[in-house]
Amino acid sequence: MTGIEIDLDIYPDEAALLKGLKRGDPEACACMIKQYAPRVYAIAIRMVNDPDEAEEVLQETFISACKNIHKFEGRSALGTWLHRIATNAALMHLRKRKNREVSLDAPVEMHGGEDVYREVQDWAFAPDDHAMNSETRDVLEKAISELPETLRTVFILREIEGYSTEETANILGISVSAAKVRLHRARLRLRESLAPYFTQPA
Amino acid sequence: MSASPVRPHQHDENECGRVLTHLSDYIDHKLSPELCEELEAHLAECENCRVVFDTLNKTLYLVHQLRETPPKLPEAVEYRLFAVMKLEQFIPKKQK
Repeated sequence: MTGIEIDLDIYPDEAALLKGLKRGDPEACACMIKQYAPRVYAIAIRMVNDPDEAEEVLQETFISACKNIHKFEGRSALGTWLHRIATNAALMHLRKRKNREVSLDAPVEMHGGEDVYREVQDWAFAPDDHAMNSETRDVLEKAISELPETLRTVFILREIEGYSTEETANILGISVSAAKVRLHRARLRLRESLAPYFTQPA
Repeated sequence: MSASPVRPHQHDENECGRVLTHLSDYIDHKLSPELCEELEAHLAECENCRVVFDTLNKTLYLVHQLRETPPKLPEAVEYRLFAVMKLEQFIPKKQK
C-alpha cells in the first residue's frame, strides 16, 4: 500500500466516525479523508478536467466538510454528502472559469442534426468476459474528458455519480428536458468516440 | 478484435433519426408503450439502429464500471491534502 497509512478500524462504523468528526478528532478527519478522498478526487477531475483545479476542489471539499460537519444530520450517507459538496465545488470552479465558449446554463438545441450517427459497426466486445483493464479505463476516461462541458457535467452526474435526471437538472440549475437532451447527446458522442477502439481488428 | 459486418441500411434516414431521438428514453425505460412498440419494431428491421442500440448499451455498461473503481489518488495530492487539513502528523516523515 502506498501513500498515507491510516488504521480505518479505529472507528467501527459511520456513526462512530461521525461522533469523532464532531468532536474534532484528528484521527476521525484522517479516516474520512483516507476513505473518501479517492472518490472525491475522481468526481473533481472528471468534472473540471484539470489536475490542479481538481486538487483545489478536493481540498475545498474536505475543508468545507470539516467546517460544516455539525450541520450533517446523517439523513444521507457521509459519502453521498461529501460527493454533493464536491460536485458543488467543481461546478463553482467551472462557473468561475473565464473565456469559456459555452455557459453551463446555455440553452441546448432540442432537435437537430447532431444526433446523427456515423459508426454503425458492431463491437467485438462481450460485457460478460470484458474486465475493466487499465487500457479500457484510459480510453473511457479520455473519451469522457473530451465531451463538451455542457454534456460532460450532465453525463458524469447521471451515469457515474448515479443521480437521477431530475437531481442532475436540479444540481446544474437546468430544466429536466435540457438534462435529458444533454444526456442523450453525451451518450451518443461517447459511443462514437469509443467505436474505433472496440471495432478495430486484432 | 474483429467487427461483424453490417448489411446496408434499409430505412430512410428520417425514420432512423426519429428512432435515435428516443433511444435514451428507451434505455431508461421512460418511453410510452406505443413508442416502445414502434421503436422495437424498427430495431427488429433495421440492423444499423440495432447496432447503435447495442453499442450504446455496451458504452453505458463500461461507464457504470467506473463507479466501482475510482482512479487512484496521487500520493503527492494526498500528502498536500493532509497538510492543508493540518494533519501533518499522519504524513510519513520523509515526505513532509
